[in-house]
Order: sequence, then structure tokens, then C-alpha cells
Amino acid sequence: MNPGTTNLATFANGRALDLASIPTLGIAEFEQSILEGVSLGQRITALFATSAGSAEQTLLYAILSDDKQNRLYVGRTQVEGDQFPSLTPRCPQTHMFEREIAEQFGIKPIGHPWLKPVRYHRSWTCRDAWDRPPGEPIIPAVGDFFRVDGDEIHEVAVGPVHAGVIEPGHFRFQCHGEMVYHLEIALGYQHRGVERALLGGPTKRSIHYAETLAGDTTVAHATAYCQVVEALARCPKTARAQTLRAIALELERLANHVGDLGALAHDVGFLPTASYCGRIRGDILNMSALLCGNRFGRGMIRPGGVGFDADETRATELLRRLDDAEQDATVAVNLLWNTPSAMARFEDTGPLPLKIAAELGVVGPAARASGLMRDARHDQPSGLFRFVHIPVSTCETGDVFARAFIRWLEIQQSIEFVREQLRAIPAGSTMVSLNSLSPNCMAVALNEGWRGEVCHVAITDERGCFTRYKVVDPSFHNWIALAYALRNQAISDFPLCNKSFNLSYCGHDL
Amino acid sequence: MINVILARLQQGHRTMKYPEGPSPPLPDRFRGRPAIEVAKCPDGCRTCAEVCPTQAITMTDKVLIDLGKCLFCTDCVNACPEQAISYTTDYRLAVRQRNDLVIDQAQQEMVLATALNTKLKKLFGRSLKLRQVSAGGCNACEADVNVLNTVGWDLSRFGIQFVASPRHADGLLITGPVTRNMELALQKTYDAVPDPKIVIAVGACAIAGGPYIDNEEINNGADAVVPVDLYIPGCPPHPLTILEGLLRLLGRLEDARHS
Repeated sequence: MNPGTTNLATFANGRALDLASIPTLGIAEFEQSILEGVSLGQRITALFATSAGSAEQTLLYAILSDDKQNRLYVGRTQVEGDQFPSLTPRCPQTHMFEREIAEQFGIKPIGHPWLKPVRYHRSWTCRDAWDRPPGEPIIPAVGDFFRVDGDEIHEVAVGPVHAGVIEPGHFRFQCHGEMVYHLEIALGYQHRGVERALLGGPTKRSIHYAETLAGDTTVAHATAYCQVVEALARCPKTARAQTLRAIALELERLANHVGDLGALAHDVGFLPTASYCGRIRGDILNMSALLCGNRFGRGMIRPGGVGFDADETRATELLRRLDDAEQDATVAVNLLWNTPSAMARFEDTGPLPLKIAAELGVVGPAARASGLMRDARHDQPSGLFRFVHIPVSTCETGDVFARAFIRWLEIQQSIEFVREQLRAIPAGSTMVSLNSLSPNCMAVALNEGWRGEVCHVAITDERGCFTRYKVVDPSFHNWIALAYALRNQAISDFPLCNKSFNLSYCGHDL
Repeated sequence: MINVILARLQQGHRTMKYPEGPSPPLPDRFRGRPAIEVAKCPDGCRTCAEVCPTQAITMTDKVLIDLGKCLFCTDCVNACPEQAISYTTDYRLAVRQRNDLVIDQAQQEMVLATALNTKLKKLFGRSLKLRQVSAGGCNACEADVNVLNTVGWDLSRFGIQFVASPRHADGLLITGPVTRNMELALQKTYDAVPDPKIVIAVGACAIAGGPYIDNEEINNGADAVVPVDLYIPGCPPHPLTILEGLLRLLGRLEDARHS
């Protein structure tokens, strides 16, 4: 047992545990456990609040990942009244989590250095952390922004409606000439109330909420939802369903990574790779559609297993298309690496140093590009990844080049993985029926989506219904890293840096 | 440079022949327009209507499917005890009126979108510039709208382009249910488009709220905020469905006149 986290309960990804076995610590002890865990190299996977019965009481839950030991730790504390001490000054990766807790439950993290709303909605309780009058409309991005003052400093505001076909967000740059001194990102425009709507579930809509948390991450989010439900229902798993899920997840990664490489090429004006990768991405989406009828994997992942099977004929056709996509992608992407003018734009642009990436709790390809060995398929494996291991790829430079190159490394690993799995889909059933969910339990599921760790946490009440459902999209960890990477960069490089992270607005806004 | 040329030769010419030639092949499991064989329905059975996550199926004296609400999921198909409900591979789903998306399953006739009136067709028929507004969906509709700009679909060969500013646009293409947080931005963007202008709602969210229908954080679709001229259902709609709808609106499809 890790000496720093003896106060927290230990458990594993994809398991349910009785609420009674989660230790309720004093607030100081709770904080100390988190700080000690983080100092030992653990990271905060989720930090969230739930109502504790009376209006005056709120429970805070922390879930820490120990990636080296493949373990999770969980603990909680009870907050009385409308405030709690902020951890952010001592532990920057709690920054957005504490803002979220303040917004959802109206309790103030005292000492938080930048306490602003996250998604711009009314709190779920009768309190408001900013004491805004009840009738007053809450408009996103309205309020104070961090400002740099001085001669020749100017501010650039972009969004919510952008130039491209992309989601809405507001970006506020503090610039000196072309140079960005500071970028602040205000989101919330996509907030559609998913976490709140999941309360009381599962209902017939729950899986559809999961599938649309972030459309390009349908498979990873739906898988996490199903793993949470299956853990709570103590449901057995079939090898065939787990394999098909893993294939769908890697196809999702392939489509997005290939598309991103094309989009990165586009953002530096290198159109051959941009054109080819745009089309190849479509070919991979069509492979998902061959599997389940939908290019984004809708309908594929269902509680208890998968919605669609792949017989030998279908697997053979998928293999054939995978070979074609691999061949085309190899030519298209190598063209990019072999073009010095494109590489000159990628290298040293938007660097995110390893130390900062670790401090901010960055996940996914963005973390690995900065040298962090961090991949839920390897560190917290679930489903098929418990049995079949994909090597973790890392780079060191943390710049746009590294974030691009890591995708290419992962594309090659995923192609190999999908190929192997399609050749040997285990026999058996694709679906098992579910029991009702265990009451008074918590379950956590982590998955490595193509952007990084997708985390779902469900807590059930005495009837086995969701009394809290927490979703942490990888973008929730990573938006702040984009802001950091822009420091001392030319503002004209913003689109390129932004694309190199390619974060989700809807996944963040929920 | 030689590498660029060699790569170009390897990749080949990929733009599809559609609409002059055949449409691109759709997978066998593709979920196009759903259909219920009403004759197979047992008396009093309401199973499909009950499992539908968005109440897209209503059963009164008639059996109706609202394609605007439909998520094109498999819940009804899997629940039906008689296999009476299935998805056809008919990808043509775009309509001009919201009511035209409510299909009586006894007849299963669909009034597909007609072209713009003569004046608007003359203005936009060969050059339509659209500003896309993403207003609270899951980004899947945006992704499959974007696909139309890839070389396979090459939307610009029809004179249809997405422009950076509403001031440069002839209309809006809206995705997402229009969250409360995007309502003002959408209204302002709409106001900034010069008249005459058109609005296209793409996807279940933009038509009726999608899976978030009736959540207090959203409007139930774009037409709660701005008038809509073309509805393209799906969750998300296939790029072919979107393209077919756009071409229909511009009178660029032969059969647009007859349907």
C-alpha cells in the first residue's frame, strides 16, 4: 500500500464499491491525502460534489489515479455551509474542478485564484457562489477576464461563432504586437445539461446522452457509460463483446487522428496531406458504419455488450479496407513529414513542457507528446486492454510537431491492433442481460478515448438510481494546457496550436 | 516536389460522380428512413413508442414517426416483438416544412424538399454561401457537414461554400438544439446575414432538440429562434442526406420538381 494514500480507499477501474467503504475524511485530511498523492505522481481523475441530504451539507469526492500501480484511490469529505478551502494554489490540476463544484453546488473554494464559472448556468442548489440575483440572466463569457496592461498591449476577442465549421467558444488574447502574453478561454455555450439530465437514471435516454457527450468520442463515452452500468449491475462480460468494443474504440481513434493530421496540414497550408487525410478519415468512418450502420459508432456500444456483431465476412471486408486506409494514410502522412516547409511550422510551435503538463494534469496525446507516460489503456486497462496491450508512444518536445507525430505513432499501433483483433474475434455471445443496479454504490470507468482519458463516475441511491453522474471528458483537463501553450507564441499560430490539441467544446460543456 | 506528384498519383481521383452518376454506396446496416409495417402490429401494442428515447413514435388512430425527433437508433427495432419496424436505406430525408417530417406509417409517403422559389433560386441556385452556427450539439453533425468539403464530396463544385462571416453569407446552417447559452449569439449571427437569407437546420438537435429535448438548458431546435427553410434529419445525418437536401433546395436535382 502506498504510504501517502492510506486514508483513501483503493479500488480498480471498472469496479463498483459500496459507498459505506469509501472513507469520509475531515477536510484537512482529505486535502492532505490529495496533495500527498499528487506529490507521489498520482493525478486527479475526478473531483466533484454531491448533495449530502440537507441543503447545508455537500460531499466532495476525489478520485486519484496511480498510473504506475494501476490503481485508483477514492475518498470524500463533508463540507458544511457554503465554503471550503481551495486546493488550487497548492495543486493546479484542481483548478477547473473547483470552479465546476462552485458553479454546480454554489459553494466557494476559498483562496481559489481565478474563481469564474465554467459553463454559465444556475447552480443545482439554492446557493450561488457568485451571489448573482436569481432573476438575472447568466450570459457566457460576460465578466472579468485576466488583463495585461501597458503601452502597446492590446486585447483580441474571438468567438463564440468562429470562422470554420466548429463549435462555439470564446477566446480572449492579451497581445503585444503578434505575441500572445496570455490566453483565457471561456466556454459553456454548448452546455445542454447532460449531467443533470442523467440524475435519477438509468432511463431510456441515458445511453443516448452518453453517445452524444462528444460526438467524435461516441464509442469511448458510450463504453465508459456501459462499464459503469455493468459494474453496478455486477454483470458478466463476454470476450466477443469486449473485442468488438475495442475494435470500435480504435477505429474511432484512427478516424480522428487521421483527420487531425489532415487538419494540421491544412492549417499550415500544406494541401496535399490535408486533402488526402480528409478523405481517408471518411473511409475509416465508413468502416465504423459497416460495423454498426453509423459513421460515429452510434448504436454499437450497449449496456451488456454490443449492438452489432461482426461475422467473418464483415471482418474480412473491414480488414481489406483497413489495408487500403493504411496504405493511403502512410503515403499522405509521410509526405507531411518529408516537407521541410510544413515541418518548420510545426517544430517549436506551442510547446508544453513536461513539468507543466504534469502539474496541469494533462491527459491523452497532448500529455504523451510532452513526455508523460499516460494512457488509460496501459495504466488503468479495462475490457480487452486488460489482456492485449498496446505500447504507449511518447515524444519529448511537447510542440505541435510532437502532438502531430504522436498521432501518427498511435495510428500505426491502432491499425496493427485492429488487424490482429479482427482476425481473431472470440466466439460467444455479444450481449448479456443486465440485472438491476446495486443500491448505494459507486462505480468508476476510465477509458482512453482518442483525446485522452474519458472518466465516468456513477453513484446510486437506495433504489439503485443515479444520484450523481459525473463525466470528465479529456478536454476538461486539457483546455488550460492549450492556453498555456499559446504563451509567447504568435497569435497567428493559434489555429495551428488549437488544432494540435483539437479539444472538445461539447465534451467540456456537457 | 516529386514526392507530392507521386503521392498525388497514388491517391488518385476520388470525387464522386453523384448527382450525375450513382450515389456513393451505403453500408447494409445504414439506418435511413424508418418504416413500420402497420399490418404486423398486434392490437394495442405500443412497445416501440414506449422505448423511443425521444417520443418520435406516436400511436393514436394513426401510427406516426416524427423524423425530426428520431435519433435513428435501434431501440424500437430491437424492442418490436413482430419485427414490424425497420430502417430502409433511403437516405433522402430533407423537407421544407417541419410537419412534413411526421410520416404516417399507413401510407409512408414523404413530401421531400422542394426547390426555393424562382427569385431565390436565381440568387442562390449556383452560388450559396453559408455561415455555419454550431449551437449546442455533440459536434457529430458539424463533422459530417465538414466532410462535404473533402475531395470525395467536393461541395464547392455546386457553388456551395462555408464562409467565415455572416456578413458574407446568404444564410445559416445550424446544428445543435440551440442552448440557452447560444441563443443570443445565434440571433445576432442571423441578424448579421443580409436579406434575403435562408436557414438550414441539420440534425435531430437542430430540428427538435435531439436527445436533449425538453431539457431546460436548451431550446427544442433552431426554429424556436429563427425561421427555418430546410430541415435535414438524422443523428447525425449522413453527408449524402445533407448534400441531397442542399441540392434539392437549390433545384439542382432532376426529381426535385416531381416529388
